[in-house]
Amino acid sequence: MKRSLVAILFFASLVILWQALVSAEIWSPVLLPSPLDVARYLWAAIMDGSLIEGSWVTMKRLLLGYLIGCVIGLPLGLATARSKYLSDTIGVLALGLQTLPSVCWVPLALLWFGQSESAMLFVVIMGTLWSVLIAVDNGARSLPPIYVRAARTMGSSGLHTLVKVILPASLPFVVGGMKQGWAFAWRSLMAAEIYVTLLTGYGLGHLLHFGRELNAMDQVIGIMLVIVLIGLAADKVLFSPWERFLQKRWGTGS
Amino acid sequence: MSSAAELINPPPSKLVVDHVTKSFKSQSGWLKALDDVSLTVNEGEFVCLVGPSGCGKSTLLNLIAGLDTPESGTLSSDGQPIIGTGRERGVMFQEHALFPWLDVLGNVLFGLQLKPNLNKAECIDIAKYYLQLVGLGRFIHANIHELSGGMKQRVALARALAPNPRILCMDEPFAALDAMTREQLYADLQDIWAKRKKTILFVTHNVREAVCLGDRVVLFSPNPGRIREQFHIQLPRPRDINSVELAEQATLITRALKQHNSQSLTAE
Repeated sequence: MKRSLVAILFFASLVILWQALVSAEIWSPVLLPSPLDVARYLWAAIMDGSLIEGSWVTMKRLLLGYLIGCVIGLPLGLATARSKYLSDTIGVLALGLQTLPSVCWVPLALLWFGQSESAMLFVVIMGTLWSVLIAVDNGARSLPPIYVRAARTMGSSGLHTLVKVILPASLPFVVGGMKQGWAFAWRSLMAAEIYVTLLTGYGLGHLLHFGRELNAMDQVIGIMLVIVLIGLAADKVLFSPWERFLQKRWGTGS
Repeated sequence: MSSAAELINPPPSKLVVDHVTKSFKSQSGWLKALDDVSLTVNEGEFVCLVGPSGCGKSTLLNLIAGLDTPESGTLSSDGQPIIGTGRERGVMFQEHALFPWLDVLGNVLFGLQLKPNLNKAECIDIAKYYLQLVGLGRFIHANIHELSGGMKQRVALARALAPNPRILCMDEPFAALDAMTREQLYADLQDIWAKRKKTILFVTHNVREAVCLGDRVVLFSPNPGRIREQFHIQLPRPRDINSVELAEQATLITRALKQHNSQSLTAE
């Protein structure tokens, strides 16, 4: 109760500070619209459907690409942690490609796939895959070997050990990796959407881009707010249940 | 198979270690952890392996557990050569090695569910029996991180006992516990051993602990790891670690241990 009160007070004072800066008229209202202007834009965008449509288009791209990235990245990360050969090949490749900012994939994706949904998907997958792979690999590597030894003495081996011991033991790192992957997927998709105009659907990144082109600062700030809120909501919906489970069972975390 | 049938004690097995040698590579070259070690452990005997660190006692335990293979020599349980791990040889480690992603019951069930011919309900019955036996009947759904060190080792003991092994290997299982908890566990372990007759190999560096628990105390010395001397402990059970007779025996063995140690140091 007290904690939520503190949080509400904090964010309320941020808005008040914002309004105070606007009222002080240090900057032109074109560059710094008031909170009310932004709220008015958001309300209009909800009513005319453009905001809902844009969020939906973005989420579809993001979830699909993220899902594919995780489905490939998780088993590959476990595999590179277990095998020296895979670690020297795929592991090094992943490390290299992870350092490449995902927006750098955009020109290549455009030439390969054209201005299409496939190009978007490709960029999101590239943004997710490598960071998930590396996080899971790091996690699986730091597993205490005693777990596998103990399992062996109880008759576990091979696939049983992988599924019943190594995978659950890596769960804290898997969740960490997926969380990081989500952040990377989100960043790469926004970069791609701002960069590339797609006729198959305008996402949030496009709305942001149009806001800039129209010098509509209320739209720019409004869309940025929406992007932040979606990120927060995704964290709560996708990862909080897992983190709560980890905290309960492992006794770790905040 | 029913859970009642599963709870019948199998005869404990006789363990034979025959001229076993094992070396490890260290920074300063090869280290002979075990040098031509032979040891016979009778059915249902409680044997404590004692020695300073690096004397190969844990290495021997790992070989018996099947977690490692000897360079030369053989190990057998009831005449069957030991190749790899096996359910008939349960292991308890110094670190509890419990799985944090499972609750207490789930940890004890882990090994049981790998046994053929047992359905889920039977596994749960058996797991509950062993958790009662170690005094944790009320904590079956607790998470591992919520337990004290002593309780964790009790769960580990229940987990090792649950698949009904014939040999139990214990690698300094109480070393990390406080004295009070340890003393309680000495009493409980003797009680459990009386109920669930097992052949037990117990590694420790604590001589009093060894005298309190073992039918026999086997002294090791390091560089290279060898068996130096063996003591049969004839004190009546259950034994109290604070009794005067036990302390006298322990003093005797400690003296022998120190002597062997200084010998192996001067021999270097």
